[in-house]
Amino acid sequence: MTSEPLHSVQPSARRGTTRRGFIGYLIAGTTLAVAVDLNLDAPAHAAVPSPPQIPEAYDLNDLLTDAARPTAQLVTVEIREDGHAYFEIPRAEVGQGITTSTAMILAEELDLPVRHVHVSLAPARPELIWNQLTGGSNTTVSTMTPVRVAAAIAKGALLQAAAIELGSVVTLLRSKNGVIEAPDGSSRTYGELSVKAASSTTVEVEADVKLKASSEFKVIGTPTKRVDAMDIVTGRKKFAMDYDVPGALPTMICRAPTLNGTPKAIRNKAEVEAMPGVTDVAMIDTGIAVRARTFGQCIDGIRALEVDWNAGSVDGEDDASVLANLRKAEIPLAVPKIPLLAKTIDMDFEFMFRSSAALEPNCAVADVRSDRAEIWAGLKIPIVTQGRIAEAVGLPQTKVKVNVVESGGSFGHKLFGDGAIEAAKASKAFGKPVRLMWHRADEPRQGRLRPMATSRIRATHLAGQVLTFEQRHTSVSTDWRHGFGEMLTATAVSLPPGLGNLGVSETIFTLSTELPYDFGVVTQLLNETDQRFNTSAMRNPYSADVRTANELVVDAIAKAMGKDPLDLRLEFLKDDRTRKVLKKVAELGNWGRSMPAGTAQGIAIHKEYKGATACLVEIDCRPETVNRKIRDAVTGPRVTKATLVVDAGLVVNPTGLKAQMMGGFSDGLAMTLTSSCHLEDGHFLEASWDNYFYTREWNIPPEFEVVVMPSDSEQPGGAGEAGVAVSCAAIACAYARATGKMPKRFPINHDDPIGFDVKEFVPPVPASPTNGLDYVY
Amino acid sequence: MPEHTFVVNGEKITVDVADDVRLLWVLRDVLGIKGPKYGCGINVCKACTSHINGKAFNPCAVPVSQVSESDEITTIEGLADTVPGDLHPMQEAWLEKDVAQCGYCQPGQIMAAVALVNKVHAEGREITDTDLDTIRNVCRCGTYARIRKAVKAGAARM
Repeated sequence: MTSEPLHSVQPSARRGTTRRGFIGYLIAGTTLAVAVDLNLDAPAHAAVPSPPQIPEAYDLNDLLTDAARPTAQLVTVEIREDGHAYFEIPRAEVGQGITTSTAMILAEELDLPVRHVHVSLAPARPELIWNQLTGGSNTTVSTMTPVRVAAAIAKGALLQAAAIELGSVVTLLRSKNGVIEAPDGSSRTYGELSVKAASSTTVEVEADVKLKASSEFKVIGTPTKRVDAMDIVTGRKKFAMDYDVPGALPTMICRAPTLNGTPKAIRNKAEVEAMPGVTDVAMIDTGIAVRARTFGQCIDGIRALEVDWNAGSVDGEDDASVLANLRKAEIPLAVPKIPLLAKTIDMDFEFMFRSSAALEPNCAVADVRSDRAEIWAGLKIPIVTQGRIAEAVGLPQTKVKVNVVESGGSFGHKLFGDGAIEAAKASKAFGKPVRLMWHRADEPRQGRLRPMATSRIRATHLAGQVLTFEQRHTSVSTDWRHGFGEMLTATAVSLPPGLGNLGVSETIFTLSTELPYDFGVVTQLLNETDQRFNTSAMRNPYSADVRTANELVVDAIAKAMGKDPLDLRLEFLKDDRTRKVLKKVAELGNWGRSMPAGTAQGIAIHKEYKGATACLVEIDCRPETVNRKIRDAVTGPRVTKATLVVDAGLVVNPTGLKAQMMGGFSDGLAMTLTSSCHLEDGHFLEASWDNYFYTREWNIPPEFEVVVMPSDSEQPGGAGEAGVAVSCAAIACAYARATGKMPKRFPINHDDPIGFDVKEFVPPVPASPTNGLDYVY
Repeated sequence: MPEHTFVVNGEKITVDVADDVRLLWVLRDVLGIKGPKYGCGINVCKACTSHINGKAFNPCAVPVSQVSESDEITTIEGLADTVPGDLHPMQEAWLEKDVAQCGYCQPGQIMAAVALVNKVHAEGREITDTDLDTIRNVCRCGTYARIRKAVKAGAARM
């Protein structure tokens, strides 16, 4: 292979074919490796018109894509001698399916079977700056073109090598399933060509790349199962706690009885150190770390510890006092100048704290030595965590290797490296490697939360028109200090006008909040206050609550105007795309069918992540359903049927998109009906999955369907968060219609009597039961 | 330290560990069998669901001393060996319905599903929505709707 420009075929005039000049790099090596700038696809955004609302022209996804632009850093696709392709993606796989969808994108351009494409997660790469951030449902939006270009350049190099080998010309060759064939039937595999196509030096190439037109796609858009499914069903898939790092013994933390309390002194260190299995006990800033042969013995050690604690951050406070504090921070609704006869609808909603914890608790393996450290953890923004660890253990950032491993869920929880930073501190304190894991009880009690919020809306209408729609969302502060904040500051110059003086939270809110109706003068404002809680951008931040409030008010407007909720939405929606998903969901879900008293349908739409979604649910709020008994469970109203329709633009994997919509629905169901954390006397009461009532099998609608709309868009939309807000809103609307009462507080069961025995706070973790054999089935 | 002998995935093993250590930690931390996951440690989330003598149980709530020499423990790693072929029909159904997202809970879900279907079949019935409602395993990715489809599909082949 020489350093000459790669030219393959003449530009095609076929409609939809993309031919563009790109700079790529042939990386020196024994087999073919092609690198491209991850930011090469940076189309200029159209000027923002005088915006009714900013996200219509420039949204959070544009911000994430733009933020990545100034870094000129490379990602590399390799073809090795086995003929397979290898790619390290600087993003996190947390269950959302990006290893599968990225393998599909590569397979498409390379003409390889998906199973011959291996996508792994890159370790923290500080040189990528903002371009190693998994969030905002942005992975495919931001990486698709660079990945396709790298693959197309690699295939061009393979074709050139094949032309020489086979004594033919590139234009006559055909590539299929990892084999290049000449007209005479002679052929070479990618494996054979990988060496011939390799470059002995790293050189820049200007490639005239023809990306496949969407009409040629054979892999992209085809329902494809997860690449890691076999490992999952056989128990082979490895999560952080499954990595075998020599000497990294189980470690857990004994935490304070109140939120964010800190340790003052250990009274019985020697006694606990002498317990069976326990190897080390040490104080770190968040609690007392106990290292032992097994996690069970860590739990025993924690339960035996006697510790003096400093006060926490909200000692003595409860839901009511935090809410009262929020009320004081509310921005007043303006009194709009409206005609005398206009009618006003005023509504006020409250959203309680909800835990973003995954099933895999915060955890990490850490091996901190005097001159270097190595970490293994599921991290969505590993560079920031790497910096924090370096600072915490007193090493230069370059001496801290952070391996990103696959996460057992995230939901916003793994934006922060809480477990990894704690593991590093414990490893340093012990001078030994650790496998640190949070106890389940730690998660709702001390872990990150979706913040409590209020949302007030005032709408005015006259003669069948909505004149004004004002929303004031007031929230306990959302913690964006995982890198988003810094990224925003760095990107500020390229943001559209109107965002200049906003803070981080307000900017994110403004970039993600869109009311897609023609409702006259629309203003939506956020104010945040109270930084005493551990919060995060839990899956679909702001929108899940904001849109629930919106759609309930839309139903109220419909009622006041004497219109059907579907008809009103169709009448006032601004764009055809959202109107189409709404019409489709109404048709599939049989909107308007006759329902018995105490049951009802609810319908809602949402527009975010470059896509549009609609949801129609049926809910049963009759006493025999609400009061059904299941051991240690919250039952309550049951959604009996749910239909979701999504237009996510160019869809890489419909199977994966449907999975994400299903997950988003399960989250919406929990947040609307059953799951919240109760603050009482300075601590949260929940300490188990039978306290924090995330959706369980007995809450799930027996009838559930997701439909993906066909799209001729070249623009992929986000999947991971797209199903949450629309589900929350549809379920809330159905509940209001079934009960005839407008719900004020979410989840709707929050004020029911606490449905569980509150576990003790000292010790902070419950003993493991010993009666497991009584429940064998 | 006391010795404990039992059968795991068809192999007789002996471990040297304190009596009260729960079996989950003996499997994971002592024997290195990582299929059963930790999600709560108090027999609530069911992520560690495995089988004892062919029935579902949660090793996080069983001290190792309660397991006797003749007890056969099966974890997700050993499930396929309990049937002819490469995979258990329930694992095949899980692949067919592409159930998993992050995958953390799925070993426990599959083990629970197999035991539930065996129980229902032993009662001479087919699995119903009411049976599916009794599954307590938490899936925080919210894959419940596909789990329901997969359990029914797996049951049809068991």
